[in-house]
Amino acid sequence: MAQAEFSQSNSQSDYLQQIRASVARRELISKLFGVLGLLVISIATLILIALVAQLFVQGIPRLNWKFFTSFPSSDFNEAGILSAWVGSLLVMLTTMVIAVPLGVAAGIYLEEYAPKNWLAALIEINVTNLAGVPSIVYGLLALGLFSTVLNLGESILTAGLTLALLILPIVIVTTREALRAIPSSLREAAYALGASRWQMIWDHILPYSSGSILTGIIIGLSRAIGETAPLITIGALTYIAFLPPSPIQSQFPFISFEWLTAPFTVLPIQMFNWVSRPQPEFQVNAAAAGVVLILLTLTLNAFAIYLRYRLRKGVKW
Amino acid sequence: MVFDKVKLVSNRFTAIVSAAAVTAAVVGLSVNAVNSQGAVVKVDGSSTVFPITEKIAESSKKAGGANVTVGISGTGGGFKKFCAGDTDISNASRPILKKEMTACQAKGIKYVELPVAFDALTVVVNPGNTWAKNLTTAELKKIWEPTSTIKNWKDVRAGFPNVPLKLYGPGADSGTFDYFTEAINGKSKAIRKDFTASEDDNVLVQGVSKDKGALGYFGYAYYKANKNRVRAVTVNGVAPSEQTVENGTYTPLSRPLFIYVSTNSAKKPEVRKFVEYYIKNAGKTADSVGYVGLPAKAYPVIGKRFSAGKTGTIFGGDEAVGLKIDELLSRELKE
Repeated sequence: MAQAEFSQSNSQSDYLQQIRASVARRELISKLFGVLGLLVISIATLILIALVAQLFVQGIPRLNWKFFTSFPSSDFNEAGILSAWVGSLLVMLTTMVIAVPLGVAAGIYLEEYAPKNWLAALIEINVTNLAGVPSIVYGLLALGLFSTVLNLGESILTAGLTLALLILPIVIVTTREALRAIPSSLREAAYALGASRWQMIWDHILPYSSGSILTGIIIGLSRAIGETAPLITIGALTYIAFLPPSPIQSQFPFISFEWLTAPFTVLPIQMFNWVSRPQPEFQVNAAAAGVVLILLTLTLNAFAIYLRYRLRKGVKW
Repeated sequence: MVFDKVKLVSNRFTAIVSAAAVTAAVVGLSVNAVNSQGAVVKVDGSSTVFPITEKIAESSKKAGGANVTVGISGTGGGFKKFCAGDTDISNASRPILKKEMTACQAKGIKYVELPVAFDALTVVVNPGNTWAKNLTTAELKKIWEPTSTIKNWKDVRAGFPNVPLKLYGPGADSGTFDYFTEAINGKSKAIRKDFTASEDDNVLVQGVSKDKGALGYFGYAYYKANKNRVRAVTVNGVAPSEQTVENGTYTPLSRPLFIYVSTNSAKKPEVRKFVEYYIKNAGKTADSVGYVGLPAKAYPVIGKRFSAGKTGTIFGGDEAVGLKIDELLSRELKE
């Protein structure tokens, strides 16, 4: 009897040991994976930090007021980014004015109004696919359609339209996702109180989802600001030493849209041109322009995060 | 309460409507105003000629000239715009080709071809390379021709050491590539496939400077700016320099650079003034940005070619290699 009891307890402790060993082994694997993950992410981050740090170290000494207020020049000490940053800003403004109303309206229609049939499914697939089309393809399309057929030439308007096309799928998709995230109980509550569909969207759904929509818009814009290929295709210039006409005039009607037709260049193109110059001093200029471009993108992204935070704070469900 | 709500809605509605109205107005007005630019001289084309044109545009503006814009669509892309009537002047690192001539003809665009400077394609090796001081064009052909399998310096010439040969050259979109293959291999774009190609010449400089067995080629300006990192070899015993290019002994690897001026545009005073300024200053500007100016006596002849209103090209749409400056000046322009 005692013998049997002993052997049972013995086999039980054997069993327990087996389980412990198995747990220890699996915990070890889990830890190893954690270490591997940490290693991978630190390599990725370190490389990124090293690249950005090198850019900053090389470029920052070149950043001064004159760099922002000078036109490009063949003398690297005289050269600046005035026409480039003004061009980038104006192109972004045009892109925003075109892409935002179109994209948000399309998103609202597809999500809230469109009947769920094969046509809607077809449109949905196409919009999602368009988000992945290489940007140079948009450039070629724009060259044919805007520059040639619509005769808009190589202008800021053509560039704005091109980049608007480029980010339209992003804006549509994020708008739809933002709308979809609103609980349907809210929609039903609005209907129950007698709101029409438009009232429901305008008074409830849109305000609650505006944070996410804005984030999508800004992510789209920060993609557009770094684009080079489609703009070179439509004929953005490399050397331009004058600014577009001012949008604000001293005479009636005080506002002019002539700048839309002006030739232009943008920051990434200026940077590209400097990088490919033989004189090493131009590499410093390129780095400085890169710093400006990175800061611009980071500012846009920070603004997106802040807006999302502000707008989400007021929404509770 | 209800009143507030209505007001809120109408406010937001106004905002949307006005945004839409602004958009519509923007698009509408700009469509009308397109092509109503002031006096702007539009230049596009080769990125090789770009530094010269850029510098001249800059100084001509300072001297009271018109605004000039310069793009870098490449020689081919530049001619496409030029023959569609979109630009006044086209930068070109090779003569206009037959198909481009037909395109121009179809649109009724006439032009005059003006050589402005020379570029010397420079063959370079690593500074640690102590054996290859001179290479003949035959040896270069042996290395670069499409059927070449040479992977070691000892196979280039008897007596060269046993060092692996690594090749660096511009990519296929570059005019430098077209000219080098034509001049060395006898056929444009014919070249072996297994070399490191980059459209960015700085990448080539870097590659050659880090590899003892490297051989590469690129424009003279890139060699001039990186003399401490790469060493130029003499070709058929002639070193690339301002003198050898100007007196025509650095051949066949020196090539002329051109601007093409549309005759319609040349009627506009701002274009005419800019081209005259260009011809007058091309020589010293070319030298200062790393190219080689034509001999001083050439520019008055070219200026006369422009002011006499001659049209056409001297090449008849063919690629040409190793032309001397006298031939460039004496041959008749043909449309």
